[in-house]
Amino acid sequence: MSKNLSKNLTLDEQIQKRTMSKKKTYWKAGDTPLQRLFINIILIFASLLAIYPILRLLTVSLRPVDMLLTTDLRIIPEGATLNNFIALFTERDFLLWLWNSVVIAFGTVVLSLFLSTSAAYAFARWRFPGYRLGQIFVMTQQMLPAGMLLLPIYIIATRLRLTNTYTGIIIAYACGSIPFSMLLLKGYFESIPKELEEAAHVDGATTLQSFTKILLPLATPAISITGLFAFMNCWNEFMMARVMLQKNSLYTWPLGIRILQSQFNTTWGQYAAASILVAVPVMALFLWSSKYIVSGLTLGGVKD
Amino acid sequence: MSGLTPDAIMLGLGELVKLLPIAFALIVVIELFTWFLCAKIIRTKFTLAYVMLAPGIVGVMALIVFPFFYNMFLAFSNMSMTKFLTFSASLQIGLQNLIDVFTVPVLQRTNIGTLIIRTIIWTFVNVFFHVTLGMFLGILLNRPLKLKNVYKSLLILPWAVPEVITSLTWRNEFHYQYGFVNIILKSIGLEPIMWFQDPFWAMISCIFVNIWLGVPFMMVITLGGLQSIPQDYYDVAQIDGAGGWKQFVNITLPLLRPILTPATALGIIWTFNKFNVIYLMYQGGPIEGTHILITAMFSAIFENYRYGFGAMYSLVLFVMLLGISSIYYKIAGGFKEVSE
Repeated sequence: MSKNLSKNLTLDEQIQKRTMSKKKTYWKAGDTPLQRLFINIILIFASLLAIYPILRLLTVSLRPVDMLLTTDLRIIPEGATLNNFIALFTERDFLLWLWNSVVIAFGTVVLSLFLSTSAAYAFARWRFPGYRLGQIFVMTQQMLPAGMLLLPIYIIATRLRLTNTYTGIIIAYACGSIPFSMLLLKGYFESIPKELEEAAHVDGATTLQSFTKILLPLATPAISITGLFAFMNCWNEFMMARVMLQKNSLYTWPLGIRILQSQFNTTWGQYAAASILVAVPVMALFLWSSKYIVSGLTLGGVKD
Repeated sequence: MSGLTPDAIMLGLGELVKLLPIAFALIVVIELFTWFLCAKIIRTKFTLAYVMLAPGIVGVMALIVFPFFYNMFLAFSNMSMTKFLTFSASLQIGLQNLIDVFTVPVLQRTNIGTLIIRTIIWTFVNVFFHVTLGMFLGILLNRPLKLKNVYKSLLILPWAVPEVITSLTWRNEFHYQYGFVNIILKSIGLEPIMWFQDPFWAMISCIFVNIWLGVPFMMVITLGGLQSIPQDYYDVAQIDGAGGWKQFVNITLPLLRPILTPATALGIIWTFNKFNVIYLMYQGGPIEGTHILITAMFSAIFENYRYGFGAMYSLVLFVMLLGISSIYYKIAGGFKEVSE
């Protein structure tokens, strides 16, 4: 289309158009070749700094055991082997740690979504008495020092015999994630036009019906993203797990990986292998969802 | 032997199969009870709202509100590992705890004054570099570049790696002999540094790691903000003869402010609360030299088992954080500005 259009223009008009478009992006395209070179050099340097430690993990994970202690900086080491990865599955409890993390994350996500979705809808739809109190609560809750509630939760869990169980830590994670999940979902529910629900009411649907039949299906993407956040938060969590899970057989991967990370003996290669296996899927998930994370963090924390 | 035996699998599944149905049954019971209370006894028109809220509120009450007040109670007790069940609580003990927080070392040798100063330096240096470097990279990335998307996804990676892995990996890379930091220092003719032994260098390395970790967030925020600035502003400035620096100061910076302000506020709170990097790098060592307020709290409670003292200490931290945030919001005009 646009090609045909430009063919029909006279030469004069074409020149005019070009100079205009050039002017319009003058500031953007106005970098001289030298400036461009400079910008690229800076960005290449920054990118190298960003990925080098991750590449190093790959290097170390591929090193044979007798080559672990070396000052070699090559990316693919001499005599690269997958022995460290194999050892992880045959000699270490790596699979058990992953399994524990999966069980805990799954329980947390299901419970957390169940608790926060309906609450978020109530906050988005009604200005009930107590609404303001809820807002203030969510704001102050963000200002609790990390781990402030760890001690009371730990003591309560000890009394209820819930330390060293999946149940205890799942409940703690799930309830702790309610405020943030609720904020995210509330923002989404508010963005769905009211007319949709009103139309349903005209057709004789009750509020509950319009929630389950219209809003929930519409909100499925938002709910999955919220679930993904809850998942990533507890998948990567260290502090609470360190306190609540003291039995080796219940260790999640952040706790387990610390066993491997004793300094520069044979387990360093295994540590690196484990990190690669855990980090790559998490990084992929993160990159895929990063735009939602940003808008969620800024909007979720910001919207009155 | 891989630890994932059938028994272990069954244990996990078994607990899930028990927990989830019980939780759902409980949710239904809470909802029915709320419905009965609101519809039959109070007769409010917001019945459905409260019914939908009730399970969430119960969860939040049980795991956030109640522990918060229980923590306050603990602050007025002398609970510790040895007095776990036989502790006593009184106003006097609470006051003593409060005095102790400010006079007695929080751990073995570091008292709260040192920790406060160190935390302020830690937070300030980190957030400063997060914002300046993040903004710098964001502005560069906003220019026309062929490999823009490649750079962007590479630069965002430090944010994507789980913090536990970041901290432990960098800890290895600061090793005196085999870590790449010292290898590179040596290759450019500098003396290798004993990162683990000297508190000063240990702290520098922690700060470096946390800067590495936090720049991508600010970069992404800046990019988002830059894209919402209309190009016309720059065109007009161009016509008026304003140079690059003037454009930056008079257009870019003021228009980025509303988005950078809440991001910086978040950054301050996050950095103040950054437990993982400090704790996983050196556990606050050497000689307690890298502890900040938050990690010292964790160590006092879960490594020195001073529960009553730790609870009071955490309350003091809470008041500090509340103070910092409210001052910041007042200065920066608050969140409201952004949503408009």
